[in-house]
Amino acid sequence: MQQTRSVELGAGLFAVLGFAALFFLATQTTLSENFSGKETFEVQARFQNVGSLKARAPVSMSGVTIGRVRSVEFDPEQLTAVVHFVIDSRYNQIPDDSDASILTSGLLGSQYLGLQAGGSDTYLEEGSEVQFTQSAVVIENLISKYLFNSGREENEQ
Amino acid sequence: MLNEIVYLIRAFLRTSGALTLFFLRLLRYSPTVLFKRFPLVVQQVHNAGTLSLVIIMTCGFFVGGVLGLQGVSNLARFNAEDSVGTLTALSLLKELGPVITALLFAGRAGTALASEIGLMKATDQLAAMEMMATNPVRRVLVPRFLGGVISMPMLTAVFNVVGLLGAHVVAVGLLQVDAGAFWQQLQGNVASGDVYEGIIKSFVFGIVASLLAVWEGYNAIPTAEGVGRATTRAVVRTAIAVLILDFMITAVAI
Repeated sequence: MQQTRSVELGAGLFAVLGFAALFFLATQTTLSENFSGKETFEVQARFQNVGSLKARAPVSMSGVTIGRVRSVEFDPEQLTAVVHFVIDSRYNQIPDDSDASILTSGLLGSQYLGLQAGGSDTYLEEGSEVQFTQSAVVIENLISKYLFNSGREENEQ
Repeated sequence: MLNEIVYLIRAFLRTSGALTLFFLRLLRYSPTVLFKRFPLVVQQVHNAGTLSLVIIMTCGFFVGGVLGLQGVSNLARFNAEDSVGTLTALSLLKELGPVITALLFAGRAGTALASEIGLMKATDQLAAMEMMATNPVRRVLVPRFLGGVISMPMLTAVFNVVGLLGAHVVAVGLLQVDAGAFWQQLQGNVASGDVYEGIIKSFVFGIVASLLAVWEGYNAIPTAEGVGRATTRAVVRTAIAVLILDFMITAVAI
């Protein structure tokens, strides 16, 4: 009887530990809507090229994460990419002429959306659109530009 | 020559057919055993799971630790030490966790199952049960099989969590990677699909490892040498099957 009880205790302990580990993996290793619990407002921006920006990428201003990208879509009418992102409603005094650009953290890091403050007296709010945007830097374009320019210089000489 | 090849093919087909039938038989009794003879299953979860915890946690910690070490020292060439969190988490969750746990499980629990059942057979205990109108498949094999199937996903989860802990200790504690960057990179780049892929793998490997261990034990030649051979075969065949299946599941998942 004593032995059975210790076996059951051991198996129960194992089950609890196993489920705790599964729970940890399911909740802590993936980022499920970090800003969902808080009050947010949604803003959109149009880009010629979003590079490899993906949903859930951080939106940062002066290096501080203030929101998250919700979705990246292609608008077939205007032929541009539309990025919907949410901003924590604590930051409700961001000028609406701020400009958005797609930046890369570090050399190999992931891309994020950077906001640069403007000078307007009206602020970004739910549903507004960032007017000034700067596309992601595509490294192939840079290289081709460099090659093209250097070739032209040689021709001129 | 041709005859030998034909004989080999036939032997292979017969073995796989017998294994499939055996598996179906185990499955047929599984619900009854699970609901009516639950204490037997608990006993086997204890044997296969709880008693494997120490080896799983020790190995998990050091596997995670070595991933942290290798990750930091090699990513440092690209100034991307922060990505070590992503690297460890993805390698652990998707590949190393399920595979290494399955191999350790085969070594720790599979051998015990195979030799226990083989010895039961060699000492005529299984035959004695049949004489007493007790079905040995239901009384002995199915609880052991179920115990293994239930234990494997949990052991894998424990392995993964302890591995992440090991990587954290090495990368953040010893090599001064920023803790925030470690977890942010980890959480930002691991999708829930990656987690589920690992869980599905561990479940499949659990079935394979338990099935092969029980099967080899049940079909052991009832001598001392036969039991020894069955134990060896259980580990070897599980290892091969797990690695091949791992490739196949990954190919499907990608």
